[in-house]
Amino acid sequence: MRTEIRIGGFGGQGVILAGIILGKAASIFDQKEAVQTQSYGPEARGGASKCEVVISDTEIDYPKFQSPDILIAMSNEALIKYIVDLKDNGTLIVDPGTTDIEDVREFIDEHDIKVYEAPATKTATDEIGLKIVANIVMVGAITKITEVISKEAAMKAIEDSVPKGTEEKNIKAFEAGYALVE
Amino acid sequence: MSQHKENRFLPYMREDRLPHIFCPGCGNGAIINAFLAAMEKAEMDFDNIAMVSGIGCSSRIPGYLNCDSLHTTHGRALSFATGLKVANKDLDVVVFTGDGDAASIGGNHLIHAARRNINLTVICINNNIYGMTGGQISPTSPKGSFGTTAPYGNRDTPFNLAELVAAAGASYSARWTTVQIENLVLAIKDGLKNPGFSFIEVATQCPTYYGRKNKLRTPTAMAAVMKANTVFKSAADRMSAKELEGKIVVGEFANKQKDEFTQGIENISVEKSGKKTLINSAYESEL
Amino acid sequence: MAQEFFIQGNEACAKGAIAAGCRFFAGYPITPSTEVAETLARELPKVGGSFVQMEDEIASAGAIIGGSWGGTKSMTATSGPGISLMQENIGYAFMSETPIVIVDVQRGSPSTAQPTMTSQSDMMQARWGSHGDYEPIALAPSSVQEFFDFTIKAFNLAEEFRVPVFVMADEIVGHMREKITVEDDIEIVPRKRPEKSDDYLPFENTENGTNPMPAFGDGFNIHVTGLTHDERGYPDTNNPETHQKLVQRICDKILNNKDKICSVKSQNCEDADMIIVSYGSPVRSVGEAVTKAREDGLKVGYIKIDTPWPFPDEQLLELASNAKDVLVVEMNLGQMYYEVDRVLGKGADVHLMGVIGGVMPTPDEIVEKIKEIGGN
Repeated sequence: MRTEIRIGGFGGQGVILAGIILGKAASIFDQKEAVQTQSYGPEARGGASKCEVVISDTEIDYPKFQSPDILIAMSNEALIKYIVDLKDNGTLIVDPGTTDIEDVREFIDEHDIKVYEAPATKTATDEIGLKIVANIVMVGAITKITEVISKEAAMKAIEDSVPKGTEEKNIKAFEAGYALVE
Repeated sequence: MSQHKENRFLPYMREDRLPHIFCPGCGNGAIINAFLAAMEKAEMDFDNIAMVSGIGCSSRIPGYLNCDSLHTTHGRALSFATGLKVANKDLDVVVFTGDGDAASIGGNHLIHAARRNINLTVICINNNIYGMTGGQISPTSPKGSFGTTAPYGNRDTPFNLAELVAAAGASYSARWTTVQIENLVLAIKDGLKNPGFSFIEVATQCPTYYGRKNKLRTPTAMAAVMKANTVFKSAADRMSAKELEGKIVVGEFANKQKDEFTQGIENISVEKSGKKTLINSAYESEL
Repeated sequence: MAQEFFIQGNEACAKGAIAAGCRFFAGYPITPSTEVAETLARELPKVGGSFVQMEDEIASAGAIIGGSWGGTKSMTATSGPGISLMQENIGYAFMSETPIVIVDVQRGSPSTAQPTMTSQSDMMQARWGSHGDYEPIALAPSSVQEFFDFTIKAFNLAEEFRVPVFVMADEIVGHMREKITVEDDIEIVPRKRPEKSDDYLPFENTENGTNPMPAFGDGFNIHVTGLTHDERGYPDTNNPETHQKLVQRICDKILNNKDKICSVKSQNCEDADMIIVSYGSPVRSVGEAVTKAREDGLKVGYIKIDTPWPFPDEQLLELASNAKDVLVVEMNLGQMYYEVDRVLGKGADVHLMGVIGGVMPTPDEIVEKIKEIGGN
């Protein structure tokens, strides 16, 4: 099965790293196939940032995005801009602290989108005391909600990707995100 | 019959490549002699010298000397030399170039090599004209001089190469002429010994093209003009721009120790890998 | 033990270079290749190698040729505009038989066009970009793993044949991240040093056309020039025979070894009425398109060219001689298409799907094209 995931947000939120962690977890630690891509255009220099990950049980031919199954919006701009690409019955995960779901309510209803709210920024600030780990909190929530990668693989990928000495805080952030949704 | 006296530098030459292509009266022969004399004075190991050159008459010199020699593309000698020196910093790398090669098509490489202060010795033979292509003006042709591409006189302002290279950051820069061979020998010797970018500009005569186009028909006439117009740097420093018009200022333009480029690369290698940069690693099957 | 990494194509290229024995990189920043330089700037000093950021691409090409004669495997990485600037020195490397590796992460062209978007518009630049007759080797990776593997292969071929080798990647393969597996036992070809003897000739017309190559400082006092030269390396510019012999040998040493150099992969070609020919990242879409077309009952197969240069004539003839239609899918308005048509055009209708604009063709677009050609 091929799953396409897009993460969008502001520059500086670490959405690229979140995507790399998903890809690494799937391909190195879950023994699946994964491709991560991101945009490099002039828009990548501004405030917005996005990244895409394709995860599959079988070899991935076409590496780019076709029809996203899962959208993670960490900014309202990303939510409004990318929701229209989402598949019918697709999954939307938003950070309610940085997005307003009502702006896209019509699309959600029309296309039977499954919506999950994961207050990543608030959790990162309140529970970890570090706003910058909101992306890792979100990886925790994505792992729990989508089950596209295993919890063990996600944790190994985080330890392998974050700066030395910050592993513990990041794992804590991941656990906090994982606990956000039932 | 006069007895044939063998040039004492002949053992350094590729004798099987002689005779050379240089015109009668060309300064290149005197400069080769000056280089070899300087090399001996500097007590350099000739076998450790590698030469690099670009395109032009002066760039043919390494082809006549029996050492490793890389005769490259027009203007690019310094970039090839940079790679060669970085790959093996134990080699003594000498670059022969001309005014067109170094200052026109290769001008960017010249200032950057000087900026890096990479340990190369550059002998820039400045005859104020393109000889090999037949007498076109060069970036050092004096204002008002004639060439095949300046039939009404050169309108461009020439570069002051020794000064340019000094300003770009070279640790050694000097200018002499072919009528001051002793000074030239000492300057090349100093350049060879200087562990940084050394630039020795040699003002020379091209009777075939520059001379013919500028009413200086014999090498002697050219030498006489050169001699008459030579001003030492110490005197030139006290002269006005007007007084210096048409003069050739000789002397040292830079002579000051600075950090050297390949040493910097090696220092990073030692810091990061605990060893010096590898030499001849292409021949290893395991690294 | 084999190691696995989830990395960008450009990083994989840098890793491959180091694995192949590259210890000198000279380059100039240009999108979308810059991560190759950035990775090597960080990694080369850790293995006793040297990194130099040159003043431009002309200097970069010159520096790696100098580095190669200095006895070090040397590489540069750039994109279309940089390749254009390097061409004179690349020609010098062919003439002087200097092994170097040139990585081209292709972007939208001509001119500065689309720095952050993909294309395959430099394929003919790799073939004919410098003036004169010569035979280049070029490899085109379709995945991050291949970008790693082909960079190693490029160094090996460069050493084996004393020739510049291009790795013709593109923005997609350069920038996407995938898993690569790095095996312990990577085969690398070390440079052959000649025997010290009086009769060694650095540019001799030997049986396979390629001579062992000394480093500067080895004591061979070798003269290297871009001028037409004899077997000693001495200029001999006005002698037609010297020139003919030299240039013919430089071409023949590649052409006579095409069976060793050329590589293609294929799928579903045996019974195919239509065969798609592609190379580089579009092969990813072609693979999926062929699967989809087969599901629709269409007899379609594909050939992936690993080595666009020298062009694999024989492999194509062998695999595609029964096809009625051949479709070339590439990200330009037709470059390798003309080669495919030259080889297969007598027996089949050769069609072009040339995609420009900076995005790769999707599998669905290719399926549509297949159906259009098939009259469905």
